[in-house]
Order: sequence, then C-alpha cells, then structure tokens
Amino acid sequence: MKAQARNRVLYIDLTKKDIEIVEREDLFDDYLGGSGVAIKLLDEECEPGIDPLSASNPIIFAVGPLTALYPSASKTVAMFKSPLTGNLGESHCGGRSAMAIKLAGYGAMVIKGSSDLPVYLAIHGDAVHFRDASSIWGVEAQTVGRILREVEEGAGVRTIIRIGRAGEKLVRYACAVCETYRHFGRLGLGAVMGSKKLKAVVISADKSVEIPEEKRREYKKVYDEIHDVVVKTDAMEKYHDLGTSGKIYDLNKIGGMAYKNLESSRAPEEIARELSGENFAEKLLSKRVSCSHCPIGCVHLASLRELYAPGYYFKTTTIPYDNEPIWATGFMLGMKQAEDCLRLIDIVDKIGMDVISTGVLLAWATEAYAKGVITKEHTDGLELTWGDVQVYSEAINKIVQMPNEFYQNLAQGVEHASRVYGGQDYALAFGGNEMPEYHTGIACYLNNLTGARHSHLDSAGYDIDQKLMGKDFGIEEVVEALLKEEEWRQILSSLVICFFARKVYTPDRIISALNAIGIENWTAERLEELGRVIHRAKMDFKFREGFSLATLRIPRRIFEVPTPHGFLKEAEMRKAIELYGRIIGREVELR
Amino acid sequence: MVKKLAALDVDKCIGCMECMFACSRRVGRGGFEKSAIRVRSAGGIERGFVIIVCRACENPPCARVCPTGALRERKGGGVILADDTCIGCGFCAQSCILGAIFWDYEKDKPILCKYCGECEEYCVHNAIGIVELTVEEPGVRK
Repeated sequence: MKAQARNRVLYIDLTKKDIEIVEREDLFDDYLGGSGVAIKLLDEECEPGIDPLSASNPIIFAVGPLTALYPSASKTVAMFKSPLTGNLGESHCGGRSAMAIKLAGYGAMVIKGSSDLPVYLAIHGDAVHFRDASSIWGVEAQTVGRILREVEEGAGVRTIIRIGRAGEKLVRYACAVCETYRHFGRLGLGAVMGSKKLKAVVISADKSVEIPEEKRREYKKVYDEIHDVVVKTDAMEKYHDLGTSGKIYDLNKIGGMAYKNLESSRAPEEIARELSGENFAEKLLSKRVSCSHCPIGCVHLASLRELYAPGYYFKTTTIPYDNEPIWATGFMLGMKQAEDCLRLIDIVDKIGMDVISTGVLLAWATEAYAKGVITKEHTDGLELTWGDVQVYSEAINKIVQMPNEFYQNLAQGVEHASRVYGGQDYALAFGGNEMPEYHTGIACYLNNLTGARHSHLDSAGYDIDQKLMGKDFGIEEVVEALLKEEEWRQILSSLVICFFARKVYTPDRIISALNAIGIENWTAERLEELGRVIHRAKMDFKFREGFSLATLRIPRRIFEVPTPHGFLKEAEMRKAIELYGRIIGREVELR
Repeated sequence: MVKKLAALDVDKCIGCMECMFACSRRVGRGGFEKSAIRVRSAGGIERGFVIIVCRACENPPCARVCPTGALRERKGGGVILADDTCIGCGFCAQSCILGAIFWDYEKDKPILCKYCGECEEYCVHNAIGIVELTVEEPGVRK
C-alpha cells in the first residue's frame, strides 16, 4: 500500500456483526493520526451523556503516519468514554499493536455496539472475523494470549489485545493487556471491552507501506539519522539500562513520592534501596525486550523463582516491572521486598486491572481501615495491613469476585468508594482518576487536575517540578509550561511516537520524517497549532461531558505533606487552575 | 571470502524487529512483506525469541529441489536465485525445514536472504551479524 494510503478506518459493529471500511483522508490530512484522529472519531461516534458501559460507547484505536516507518513510532492510541471518570478515556500501548494495525492496512479502528455472546475479533489484514469467545470467557488475560496464539495465524507479526476477568466484571479501571506484558492501562478500556462482551482483538499484519520511488533515498537518509539519535546518543539511554524504574531511588531521596497513601513523601532508606530500579535489575531482571520497531528495549521482565509446594516443586514466573507498578504495589502499599511487588503486579496483570488505580485504591482502603472508617465487615474479613502481600492478593481477587457491596464499590474506583464510605481527604484521585506516584510540587498536581486524561503523561508536571527545584518561579510560568507540553504531546501521540522518544523527535526531525514518506507541507508552526487544536478538541469533549474546573476535588492530604518545594497551598493551586481556565478560554467554567 | 548472515546470539535479541524492517526498506517498503529474515517469540516472549534466516547450508535442499535451476548453490555456500527462471512452484520453501524461505505474494516467488548485511547494521544488540563461511559459528537457529 502507498504511504499516503494511511487513512482507512475499519468500522466494526459488534451488535450487527458487520464491518465497513471508509477512507477518511479528511481526518488524516488535517489531524495526522493517533490522538488527533481519535478525538475527531470519538466526537463523531460518542453521543453526549451516554453510559460508558453501554453499547453506544465506541472504542477507537488509532496509529499514525510514522507508525511502522520510523524507529520508536511504536504506540497505539485507544480512545473511549472512560467508565472510571465518566469522561474522556485515552490510553496508549506499545507491544506489537501499532505495527499490526498499520500493516493490516488501517489508520484507525472504531468498535461499536455490543455482542450478545462473548466474541473475539480476528483481523487478518482485510479479513475480519467475529469468533465465539464463550470458551475463553472467565479466563485470565495471560492464558487468553496463550490460547489465541495457537488458534490464530500471524505468529510474530500480530497483536493480541485482551481483557482479564476484571474487564468482564466491569471493574471500572480494568485494563486491556497486549502481548502479555504491555497494557492499555489507564481509565478502563478493559471494562468497556467487557461491556461489549469483547474478550480480545487479534490483528495480524499482511501488508507493507510503499515509499514513493523518488523518496526512497531521502527516506533511508532520514531514517538513518533518526535511528542514530535513538541508539547513539543519550536521548533514550536511561530507558534501556535500568528502564523506567531507574528514577525511583532518586525520586524517593528528594521526598517526591507518595509513600503509604502519602502518609509521607519518602520511604525509609532501606525500603527505597530494596525497591529501587538498581536492586530490581541486580536481583530479579531476566530479560529486556522491546516494542515492535523500537531498538531501545525498555520493557524489563523479572524472573521470580518460588517454591510453591514442598518437595522441590518450584515455579518460575516472568513478570514485567516499571516505575509506576513498583510504586503502586510497593511504595503505596508499604511492601518491604521487591519480590512482593512482583507478586502483586503478577496478580493484577492476570486479573487485568490498572496497577496504579489498584495500588491507590488499596492504599486508601488500608488507611480507612486503620482509621475505622471501614471495618472487617466491609472487607469480608480481611485485615488490610501495610506490606501484607497475602491480604492484598486476596483483596484484589475480591474486587473482581465482588462478594459484597463494599467490593462492588471498590470496583468503581477510589473517588466513588470514598464518596460512599468517607475518607475523601486521603482518597488520592484527581478528575476521578487515581493519582500517579509523584508528590514533587505544584506542577505534578496541576498536571493531574487539568490534564485531559488526568495522567502524569499528559504534561509531565513531575518533570517540571524537578527542573524548577532551587529556582524562583511564578505559577504563570508553571501553567504555561504544562499547557505547552500537553499541546506538544498531542503531536507526538498523533504521529504516534512513544513519549520516551520525545527528545529524538524534534519538530525539525518530524517534518523531515513526514516529507521523506511523501507527507508534505508541515511546518513547525503548523504542528504547534495542531497540537493546540487537538488539545482543545479533547477539552471540548471533556466540558461537554460535564468536566468542571471550578468543582475539581483536591484531596486535603496533598497539602499536609511537604513536597521538595515545601508545603503546597490550596489557594495557590486554585489560582493556577483559574489561570489555566483563562488561557484555554474557559473563564465561564470557573464561575 | 564468502559471507553470510548468522544469528550470533539469539539471547541478545530483544524482539525489536529492526532487522525485518531493514530488509524490506532495501526495496523501499515499510514493513516486512519483502523481508528475508523473521523474528518471533518462541511461544511467548518469556521464552525468548527465534531468529529465522537462511543459514547458507552445505548442499542446500532448496537448490536440489528447484525444477528449473533458478535456485543455485552459491560457490562457497548459500544459494542464489535467478528471478527470471523461477516459476514460483514453491518447492524450495517446502524443502527448507528452517522456514527460512519466505514468499513474495506480489511476484509469486520466494524471498531469500542475499547475505548483504543490511539488517545487521540496525541490530544494535548484536544478535545477528555477517560471518565468513569458513568460520564455525554458534547455533544459527535456536
């Protein structure tokens, strides 16, 4: 297929078991791909005010013009209405997903409707099959992968996106698992798939993108330049060595990390050493692997060898680890051993929940239990205690089994659970989404509050906080920096480039990369403007669905524990939110 | 000296598929439709990867079964395909138990490694490399 022929959208109707392929050059020409195209498709397909777990909620997967053509352009954007926040849902995943969608011949996919019986989709290039998933319903995410790997074609050039039991049971923060170790983690794509009775989507590649004859020399030249920056400079080095967990120790050292539900912003030294990326690498790392078309290999897999029955019955489990999962299971829940983090990550992965949300939720429950806000009656007999891996394992299972009303409420996230039982002051959710690890200063929380996804990756506030350490700054500067970063990231996630390669893909390199595959007329100014347009389109969707800057809940806890910049003040944060509202033209929302 | 491509150390492979992409890029394609090398997991990423590429065997079965002589043994080892005399019967692909002969569905002809080493340039983890044919190399395909 031609490089320009990147604009095919595959529409799948699970109710009617029907498909349609539509050329949407109108979208891809103006919005590139990924997030840009996905928000337009979401606008078209998602009626205002719908129930996120109803058949009317669309799931959109989108890749971009650079996908499968340049190194580290390796991510897929998923967009949907989030059942966790009741608002914009957007989640990114690598693995083999982006390559498979693009080389199956699609720029985006829209999955609508709901099936009467469990199904999975097998998409082999132009052939789309609806297959009965009754016999894999109720099966955990890893096993589903093993089964579909055997029955479907395309070994090595396919993606298998699937849900675990959490998705089936509509746990609002259920994730979709991809290639066993990667996830569309945040905001509940798994529950949306579950509500559609969609257990898995297998997509295999059978095409390639033809570079125009006259562009081939240029393409190779630009490719090599980018490849050199990826592998020969330090632009991405840190992601290969220790991986994302490389920053854990230092973040704890500066007191910029929530420990035990933000009881403090720093774990004791021996815990920080035990849960550091260095310790994981030295003690447990077994393999580094990568997403398709990314030479970095940031995916860190640990081997956990355990005796599971007397008589030398050992099992060895491969478990992925990253910065945030170590934080959510380890620091948030007070684990004392790296192995215990892995045990929890493994359970969460198999059951198919977002690990950040799970950690924050259980940390809130532990504190609420200690304070007597919830009791043993609520917890179905579990004594929630910091560091007790066994109890947390059981709690995770109960969230999915839902033996009582308490666990049904836990399955709806910490915002909901704390509204029902109390303890909102220490329920660490922002915009309805459980917080990521950072307690670095005002920027990380403004990021959590104003970011379109309420994800730390929206505008990397934690990074701004750290860069501002020891400097004088005003909140205007912070708000502007956050917004600028979030707008620019819309371009990266429209192309779709992994955010870890953000230093590689400067505006100049992006323009050269596009030119070399025959996509011309992009300038730095036009990219910048599009970033703004996409960001505002997302915010329009959010305000349409009831998002309000004026009523954003800020948990009191974050003001009670010092950050590396000292104590945060609510008045200042509200002022910053107001400023943000004014800049994006939403003054009216502030009244 | 005659050279060939070899899987030097499959345990170093991180599954990035850069080699597959590089091979198709030679002919102006993004993807691996025209690639003569494949990497896939050995039944789940935790089991590691498999690198499938022509190992330039001695007395190659693929050349022996070619009915038109289009696929010939290269002097010193390996095979060379003469595209114009190939009738696309597919016997060569069937005879290769390594599965290292891929198929070009546009031309209806086999895709074989030309031992050019383009893919090696992009394997920053040194899982694959060009070796001289007289040199003993470690297991090619694990």
